[in-house]
Amino acid sequence: MDTNTEKQEYTITVYTENQVGLLNRIAIIFSRRKINVESLNTSPSEIDGIHRFTIVIHESRSVVIKLVRQIEKQVEVLKAYFNTNDEIVWQELALYKVLSEEITERAKVERLLREFGARAIAIRKDFIVFETTGHREETNKLMKALEPFGLVEFVRSARVAIIKESSGFHEKLKDFESREPSEEVIENEYLGKREAVFTM
Amino acid sequence: METIIAKTTDQKVEAKIAPTTLTGSQAVLEACIAEGADTIFGYPGGAIMPIYDALYDYNDKLKHILVRHEQGGIHAGQGYARTSGKVGVVFATSGPGATNLVTGLADAMIDSTPLVCITGQVFAHLLGTDAFQETDIINITMPVTKWNYQITDATEIPGILAKAFYLARSGRPGPVLIDITKNAQIQSFNYEGYTPCNHIRSYRPKPVIRKNFIDEAVALINNAKKPLVIFGQGVILGKAESEFKKFIEKSGMPAAWTILGLSALPTDHPQNVGMLGMHGNYGPNVLTNECDVLIAVGMRFDDRVTGRLDKYAKQAKVIHLDIDPSEIDKNVKADVGVWGDCKETLPLLTLGIEQKDRSEWLKVFASYTQQEYDQCIKEEIYPATEEMTMGEVIRIVNETTLGNAVMVTDVGQHQMVTCRYAKFNESRSNVTSGGLGTMGFGLPAAIGAKFGAQDRTVIAVIGDGGIQMTIQELGTIMQTGVDVKIMILNNQFLGMVRQWQQLFNDKRYSFVDIQSPDYVMVAKAYGIEGAKISHRNDLVKGIQTMLAHKGSYLLEVMVGKENNVFPMVPQGCSVSEIRLK
Repeated sequence: MDTNTEKQEYTITVYTENQVGLLNRIAIIFSRRKINVESLNTSPSEIDGIHRFTIVIHESRSVVIKLVRQIEKQVEVLKAYFNTNDEIVWQELALYKVLSEEITERAKVERLLREFGARAIAIRKDFIVFETTGHREETNKLMKALEPFGLVEFVRSARVAIIKESSGFHEKLKDFESREPSEEVIENEYLGKREAVFTM
Repeated sequence: METIIAKTTDQKVEAKIAPTTLTGSQAVLEACIAEGADTIFGYPGGAIMPIYDALYDYNDKLKHILVRHEQGGIHAGQGYARTSGKVGVVFATSGPGATNLVTGLADAMIDSTPLVCITGQVFAHLLGTDAFQETDIINITMPVTKWNYQITDATEIPGILAKAFYLARSGRPGPVLIDITKNAQIQSFNYEGYTPCNHIRSYRPKPVIRKNFIDEAVALINNAKKPLVIFGQGVILGKAESEFKKFIEKSGMPAAWTILGLSALPTDHPQNVGMLGMHGNYGPNVLTNECDVLIAVGMRFDDRVTGRLDKYAKQAKVIHLDIDPSEIDKNVKADVGVWGDCKETLPLLTLGIEQKDRSEWLKVFASYTQQEYDQCIKEEIYPATEEMTMGEVIRIVNETTLGNAVMVTDVGQHQMVTCRYAKFNESRSNVTSGGLGTMGFGLPAAIGAKFGAQDRTVIAVIGDGGIQMTIQELGTIMQTGVDVKIMILNNQFLGMVRQWQQLFNDKRYSFVDIQSPDYVMVAKAYGIEGAKISHRNDLVKGIQTMLAHKGSYLLEVMVGKENNVFPMVPQGCSVSEIRLK
């Protein structure tokens, strides 16, 4: 397979400043080229003050390299990496809302939930919410299996991923933050103070 | 304000005593002054009124040029930045004022022009309420700015503006937009002085130069039999003109330019082999596909330069020098990517390369030049026809200015002809809209170019289409008295589109027969002298009169209606398939 032109799944990990609007700046890099983002997650990183984006796209290697360079070019981006699936450990979380009567009356459903290792995280008279984590295929499978048995709501989170070979970067990042602490995010403080302000 | 600057031992921090109370608006103007901005191009409006009110008291320190449209303002800012090498500063109000900047921002972004644009914005508490003249300019301009930021609190102003100027000018330059809500402009705060920014922790203006790539590049150049250097605006932006000259002179290599690289190397330099690309010269285009090593300096392999990519320089080893790592391998795969500022990388290459005589190789270029001259150039600059040509106009300008003028062009046939034939002796003399191809750029850019290079003659060459897009800026010329020579090359057509329709759409001239007003009368109405030249006999005199005139002058020259710009690499063709007619 020619990895330069053949499309496959890539996970892009971006370390950034925490800044209003940066999400849009990064999203524009994909939408400008009409590339669909399969999954996007923003979260804090292990270093306080440094943010982390995890983005999954289905593209060729040569396109991914260009995208990552464009991302790194953004002023508030510290570093961007891209990895194929065998270079990362990843997980997604899924929630399933199922009608209680279906669960209580059908033994098959109970077997299914056990099989997939689902946990009940909310139990009510009318419905129960289950949770599983896993790769997309696994969470999908349970969704399909539950469909005939009163699945009324399904939602899956974005992928979160750990890069297998990233220990060196953690030390660099820690050192970086301690030498130059990040700045505070400044938000609009004035929304909701409408009547108190005179305008023209 | 009394400030004392002291440097602490561990950090370069300017500690200032006697803090003063300033409004946000005053802080904006203090920042402009501290950054050395002497001229601001702008247009007032509701949401930026506090800044304009403050400007009233800063009249002695900051020159404000009132333009006639915000697009004119930003193009003037671009012209100023291009000739002066400084950051252009532009003011506009919220809503329509801000959206009128978008074309100029896109132009500055693609042509790497350093700008700081300040827009007013509605009060912070009104954001998102569809308030009068509210528009989400931050999100609108995100793809066309190097950086943008919305300020809602005056205390942010000194720090953010310092960042804005630093980002606009450092690394690969570009436009920055700062949107300031009205409350922040009005708000008074404890001003502790202005500290210029020279570092942002997440921003690397220049990549680290890697020695091994320098060595690889040097080895390739030293082993090359037929090397060709192609250069772009990076040489000018990096202020590396003399480093570049030393580099090509030591190894005797031929050098060809993109239209934004034009004027970085004098026209009559013996190794200057001409223009690249769609309407470039014959030799550099054909020989791009015959050279053995192609050395690209500060250019980005635009499709108008490369033609068909899969047939572009496939035989050559490619060395690409660029300050922006994302440009390396973007369009043309580099065998050696030399990351870094060419002001630093070029001397390292020069150090390693051997002195060589490449006169045989240069002779090949000369033979192509001769062919092009015989079949194409001669008829363009010394036409035997009754009709005047754009080429002969530019030739006569050269003969009159001797190549010492700043040439500003709009977009179209006249732009290609001017870039092809205008003579340049010094850098920062060619101002044009390259990447975006913005019609209407010429006139306002020329105004800015003159403010950026006040001791030089500025000639705006504009077509009859482009002039009508921003003709309102004649009002700016009238009011400021700025001395710009405006040359309209009128072929009574939207010429470049007409040329394509002739060549590729069977002469189906669809909406290209544009009519013009009486430009001389229009100029007169604005108090600008002018003349119209319809016969060759009057041409030399007309150009001399224009250049000798004290103050602005408009010269309309009626040129052949259906002349084409040649040579031409038709779209979708390889550079070696360039047509001479």
